[in-house]
Amino acid sequence: MGKIVVEVMLKPEILDPQGTAVSAALPRLGFNFAKSVRQGKRFEIEVEGEPTPAQLAEVEKAAEKLLANPVIETYVVKAEK
Amino acid sequence: MALDTVASAKSNPDISQPFAELGLKPDEYARIKEILGRRPTSSELAMYSVMWSEHCSYKSSKVHLKQFGDKAVKTDALLVGIGENAGVVDVGQGYAVTFKIESHNHPSFVEPYQGAATGVGGIVRDILTMGARPIAVMDPLRFGPADAPDTRRVLPGIIAGVGGYGNCLGLPNIGGEVVFDETYLGNPLVNALCIGVMKHSDIKLAKAAGAGNLVVLYGAKTGGDGIGGVSVLASETFESTGPAKRPAVQVGDPFVEKVLIECSLEIFAEDLVVGIQDLGGAGLSCATSELASGGSGGMKVELDRVPLRDATLSPEEILMSESQERMCAIVEPSKINRFLEICKKWDVTVTVIGEVTDGDRLEITWHGDLIVDVPPRTVAHEGPVYNRPLAKPDYVDRVNAEVITVKLPESAEEIKAAVLKLAAAPNLADKSWVTDQYDRYVQGNTIQSQPDDSGMVRIDEKTHLGVAVATDANANWSYLNPYEGAKLALAEAARNIATAGAKPLAVTNCLNFGSPEDPGVMWQFAESVRGLADGCLEMGLPVTGGNVSFYNQTGSVAILPTPVIGVLGVIDDVRTRTPMSFDRAGLELYLLGETQNDIAGSEWAYLHGQRGGKAPIADLKREMRLIDLLVTGNKEKLFVAAHDLSQGGLSATLTEMVLRHGIGAEVTLENVGQTLISESPGRVVVAIDPAKSNALKDLAAKENIVMTKIGNTGGDSLIVNGAKIALSELRKAHTETFPKLFG
Repeated sequence: MGKIVVEVMLKPEILDPQGTAVSAALPRLGFNFAKSVRQGKRFEIEVEGEPTPAQLAEVEKAAEKLLANPVIETYVVKAEK
Repeated sequence: MALDTVASAKSNPDISQPFAELGLKPDEYARIKEILGRRPTSSELAMYSVMWSEHCSYKSSKVHLKQFGDKAVKTDALLVGIGENAGVVDVGQGYAVTFKIESHNHPSFVEPYQGAATGVGGIVRDILTMGARPIAVMDPLRFGPADAPDTRRVLPGIIAGVGGYGNCLGLPNIGGEVVFDETYLGNPLVNALCIGVMKHSDIKLAKAAGAGNLVVLYGAKTGGDGIGGVSVLASETFESTGPAKRPAVQVGDPFVEKVLIECSLEIFAEDLVVGIQDLGGAGLSCATSELASGGSGGMKVELDRVPLRDATLSPEEILMSESQERMCAIVEPSKINRFLEICKKWDVTVTVIGEVTDGDRLEITWHGDLIVDVPPRTVAHEGPVYNRPLAKPDYVDRVNAEVITVKLPESAEEIKAAVLKLAAAPNLADKSWVTDQYDRYVQGNTIQSQPDDSGMVRIDEKTHLGVAVATDANANWSYLNPYEGAKLALAEAARNIATAGAKPLAVTNCLNFGSPEDPGVMWQFAESVRGLADGCLEMGLPVTGGNVSFYNQTGSVAILPTPVIGVLGVIDDVRTRTPMSFDRAGLELYLLGETQNDIAGSEWAYLHGQRGGKAPIADLKREMRLIDLLVTGNKEKLFVAAHDLSQGGLSATLTEMVLRHGIGAEVTLENVGQTLISESPGRVVVAIDPAKSNALKDLAAKENIVMTKIGNTGGDSLIVNGAKIALSELRKAHTETFPKLFG
C-alpha cells in the first residue's frame, strides 16, 4: 500500500492565529526553545501500490481545488513509503 | 532594493517610479511631485497611492456626497456627523449610539470566509474607535443566482465568515438581507453594519493634538497581509490587477479583536487617549496621516519600531499592510505608563512609535533615515477630486417604456400557486439556514432579529431603552429609477423600524455601484445620492456617515445600482414593541396604505423574467404619516402585530405572518391579483383586537392613511379569496429552498 502525503501551510505572510497561540503557550509550560510556531495540516492518502506519477498529478489537482486554499495557503504533494 | 530616502529622492530626481502599477494616474503622480516639490520616495508613493485610491479618498463620489451635508436637517440628535469614523446619535437617557455600514465586496469574492470575516472586524473597530462598546452587527448580502455554481462557492464561505467572526466576538447578528440577482455573479456584495453604544461624555475622535503627545500602536503585529488590498482590490476590477506580489487577502483573528475591544474600552474609561484611529484599509498610512491631519498636522514616526510578524517587510509594505486588529492612539506622556499597564494586563502588544510635533509635516523615519516628509492633509483629506462625466444611460428610457405583461393570479388555483411560488423564491424564502449560523441572542439583549422587520437590542437593562436598525435596498427599482429607488429604500428602512414602534432617528448608507469611469454608472450614483439626500431632508433624518463601493462589475457589466440604506431608531421601552406577527385567532387584519399597479420591478415580474417598467414614485410625506401612525399606535397599544410590505408584496407579508406562530388567516381582497402581488410602497398589515378597530380608524383618519379591512386571524391555513393553503404546505415551500440549494 502506497501513501501520498499533502502538507498544507498558511503562506508565510498570512496571520496564523493557531500557531501564535501555541507559540505563546509553550513558554508558559516551561518550553523556551521556540522563536515562532506555525501550524499546518497534513493529509495522508492511501493508494493501491506505489503512487504513480499520474496519481500524484491528480492529487496535485485535488490539493489546488479542495485540500488547500491557494489564496492563502501553500501545499506540497509527495509520495511516502 | 536600497532604501529610498527623502535625501535620495532629492539627489536622484529622475528615476522612473511604478505609479501606474500602484493605481495612480499620470496627473495624480504629477500632483504629488508638485505638492512635495520633488519626486516622492517609494514610501511616500505607497502612502499617496493607497490614500488617493477610490476606496480611501472618495475622489469620484465626494462632489456628490457633499449634498448629505448641504441638505442636512439641523438636529440636536446628531452628536458627531459625517467625516469621523462613524456618526453618533443621541438616543436619550444620556446614551449615544453610533452605527455605520461598510462594504467588503472584493475581498469576499477572492476569499469568501476571510473577506467577510475581516469585513465584520473592520466595521466593529470603526465603532470601537468612536469610544463605543459594539453591541450588535448586521449583514446585508447579495449574490449571483441562487443556483449558480459560483454562488455555491462564495455564499457558504461568506455566511460562515460573517458568523465565525461575529460569534467569536460575542456580538449578536440581528439582521440584514440575502438577495440574489444575476448581476452580482462574480461580484457578490458583502456589507457589514455595526451598532455601538456609549455615554455622551465618552465620544472619541480621530485627531492628534498637543505637541509632545505620543503616537502609540497597539493590537496585533504587522504582517504582509492585505498589502495593496485597498488600492488594488477595492479600486480596480479583478481582471486588471494581475498577480499580486503579496496576497491581497487579510486573515483576521476575532479573539485578538475581542481582547482589543476590552482593552480599548478600559483605556477609554480611564480617559487615557487624546485621539484614536483604527487601522483598516491603507493601514498605518491612513492612521498616521488622518490622525495628524485631524490635529495640528505635525507628527514624527519611527517606522522601524513597528512590531512585525514578518521581519522581511520593507518600509513601504509596513505602511501599506492591512494586518487586522490594530489600533493607533495619541496619548499624553503623563498617561503612557497607565496605558502600557492596561495593554500588558490584556496581553496586547503595544509600542510607542512616534510623537506629535508642533510642525505641520508628517515625518517618518526608518532606522534614522527620513523616508517620508509630507503635509498630512495632502495625503488624508486633500486628495484628488473628480467631477466625473455622467450621462443618463440609454437603457433607462427603453426599460421604462416596457409594458409589464406578466399574468396576475385570478382563480383560486392561480392564487395558491402564486403564494407558494413567492414563498419559495430564493429572495423571499425563509433565511434561517443563513441566520441560524449566526449567534443572534448572545449578550441577552436581542429583542428582535431575523425574520422581524428590524433588528432591535436593549441598551439599558433598567429602563429598557432600546434601538432598532433596518437595512434595505431595492436594486430593481434603483435600476429603473435610481433617484426614486434611493428614496424608496430609505422609506422602507424607516418603515421597518416604525412597525415595531421605534422612531427613526438617523441614516447610514453603503452605496454599491459599478465603475465610476462609466458615465452611465456615474449617473446612477449621482441620482441615488441626490434621491437619498432629498429623502433624508424631507423626512428630517440626518445622514451620519456611510461608505461608497465602486468598481462592482464583472467585465463591462455593472451590478444593479445598490444603495443599501440603514436607518436607526429608538424605542423607549423594548417590552412594548409591536411584534411582526400575531399569536392568536380572532384578530382583525387591516391593510394600511394604498395598493397601486406596481408590478414593475416586483419579485413577481422578476420571477417571470421581466425587469422593465416604471418604479413607483416615493411619497415621503405619506410615509412619514404612516410612521407616525405606527409609532403612535404602538404607544396607544393598538396593535397586536404590524408587518411591512415590500418585496413579494402582500403575499410575502401574509406568508411570514401566518408562519411565525402557526396561526392562520383568512383574507378577502378586492382586485386580488394586484393586491396580492403589487409592491406599492408605504403599506403595512396590522393585526388588532376587534375592540380597537374604532381607535385605529380614528388614528388612520387623523394621519390620512387609507385603511382596508382584509380579514381575520385563525385556523391552520392561509385562505385568500377562497384559495386555501395549509400552513404545513406553505411552511414546506418557504423553508425548503435554502437547505435544498446549499445543503
